[in-house]
Amino acid sequence: MTVDASAPPTRRAVVPPQRGSIARRGSVFLSRHPRVRLSLLLGAPLFWLGLVYIAALAALLITALWTVDSFTGQISQTWTLDNIVAVLTGSLYQTVTLRTVGVALLVTIIDILIALPIAFYMAKVASPRAQRILVIAILMPLWASYLVKAYAWRSVLSQGGIFEWLVSPFGGHSPGYGLPATIITLSYLWLPYVILPIYAGLERVPDSLMEASADLGGGTWSTLRLVVLPMIWPAIIAGSIFSFSLSLGDYITVNIVGGANQMLGNLVYTNVGAANNLPLAAAIALIPILIIFAYLAAVRRTGALNNL
Amino acid sequence: MTGAQPAIRLTGLTKSFGSVNAVDGVDLDIVEGEFFSMLGPSGSGKTTVLRLIAGFEQPTSGTISLRGQDVTNRAPFDRDVNTVFQDYALFPHMSVLDNVAYGLRVRGVAKRARQEQARAALDTVRLGGFADRKPSQLSGGQRQRVALARATVVQPKVLLLDEPLGALDLKLREQMQVELKELQRTLGITFIFVTHDQQEALTLSDRIAVFNEGRIEQLGTPAEIYERPASPFVAAFVGTSNIFDDGISQALLGRGGVHSVRPEKISVTTENLPLVADRTAAGVLAEIIYVGSSTQLIVDLDAGSRVVVLEQNDAHRAATNGRGARVTVGWNDSDIVTLAAPAPALTSHP
Repeated sequence: MTVDASAPPTRRAVVPPQRGSIARRGSVFLSRHPRVRLSLLLGAPLFWLGLVYIAALAALLITALWTVDSFTGQISQTWTLDNIVAVLTGSLYQTVTLRTVGVALLVTIIDILIALPIAFYMAKVASPRAQRILVIAILMPLWASYLVKAYAWRSVLSQGGIFEWLVSPFGGHSPGYGLPATIITLSYLWLPYVILPIYAGLERVPDSLMEASADLGGGTWSTLRLVVLPMIWPAIIAGSIFSFSLSLGDYITVNIVGGANQMLGNLVYTNVGAANNLPLAAAIALIPILIIFAYLAAVRRTGALNNL
Repeated sequence: MTGAQPAIRLTGLTKSFGSVNAVDGVDLDIVEGEFFSMLGPSGSGKTTVLRLIAGFEQPTSGTISLRGQDVTNRAPFDRDVNTVFQDYALFPHMSVLDNVAYGLRVRGVAKRARQEQARAALDTVRLGGFADRKPSQLSGGQRQRVALARATVVQPKVLLLDEPLGALDLKLREQMQVELKELQRTLGITFIFVTHDQQEALTLSDRIAVFNEGRIEQLGTPAEIYERPASPFVAAFVGTSNIFDDGISQALLGRGGVHSVRPEKISVTTENLPLVADRTAAGVLAEIIYVGSSTQLIVDLDAGSRVVVLEQNDAHRAATNGRGARVTVGWNDSDIVTLAAPAPALTSHP
């Protein structure tokens, strides 16, 4: 309120006039031409996306339409739908596809069921300090090699391993190596990718909304079902895309803990390597791509991607 | 049920966060059907009291009863009170109609019946045509009214309002004040209104509790709070006050203690002109601030204090000389309020 009259008058600093340097002229040009600005900004990433991503997919599709000369083992660039037809009609491929989709779905469901309470605890219950510790704890396994984690589960699930030691007092057995072991291991591997988006989604649900629900008479179950779940649905979908697509393409885990079982990835691997039939491998590899497209289309219809 | 039973009774209500007592032993009876305001600066505990009544927080000690029933340990969904939140807390994924019908839905009211009631509630807040919109498609004032409809459609005994007008601009706020008052009269239920805006509290309330540091500093009607503030805090927080500390009181009023007088109760003339007042004092005009309907004059008294004088800009307003002019100020003894505590050195400026 009062003004100290004894303060010395402030001296005007000398501000030099702006000079027309090249950088400045460039900036002026860009600020007047938004299209040039946009193309400079997006050019490099779009080029990368086009070359690496779209071109690779196109190459895959084209390769699937070629065939292998069974005598020389060379790829012959004659157009044929034989590979596609074989993959679509062969009972082996149908069985393995169903098995792979089943495994991916189960892994996704298990991960979501485990991730929901953990993410809820992190976002809504834990103190800020505990929250940070938990985020680090969840990210920590991602620093370890995939192979190490898969082999760790192989030893956990082995005969006389930790799993058996844990459940045998209750009359349980280790599932041994097979599809259950594959599902367990994949669920473990992809869990962080499911927890993190759900956690981020829950963080965005204001506490006042849950209070409002309780205030209006909604019990815990109503609040979760009518307010929280619809709001984090996009986040759950995002997490499920990770676990589903990663499971769909996996072939190492099933090799390590899956016993004799094969998934689509194994068929691709065998055809690229031992069988030396790249076109057939490409045709098989199209299956998970189509499934993922179908999955995304189905998800899109629910409207969950609109808020992603 | 007897009319004497309070809608809400708080006894010895205390809430501690760590070593801080956000609410410190509050005893309060809120009468059925009144518009009750809890006024105070941020951090004074008023919002915590509201959250305790709603059930979002558990008190450290003390009890809360609703119409004679102890509800201290009941969950929020088990209490007959509803809240209008500061940020409205509308469910973003539901339409306006579903938002309003939510309370009925979780109570198991059939779809058709609850939509009918929700539409009626929307009509009372004049939002009948907005039922199918999403909250994000509404303006602040409209969201506010949806929140009101949502909280009142379940017919609570008490409606809690947590600074509901805080996010609105001035014109809309004044309009909503009128609507709130009308709504309360139509519904006939108890409103508990939390605000830091003293003007809003004075305008709307039947009674006001002024909060400071977790306690009720003064409880009374708006006129009592404004005309007869009980402490230097209330005098300074509600409206503008000229507060005279012990020394200045001795010089000006001839008695010790802390006193206050409202700016509009002081009259002013050019020195040497007659002034009809019980007491007068001489000083220098330090500042003239034009505020539209009135003019604020700041006068440095010779006795060593500064007073604010509010003069209506009506036809009779005395022509005031410019800054630095000698003036006489005067007031009547009946306008002097003795503030309870002989407080430590307080400035006489708001």
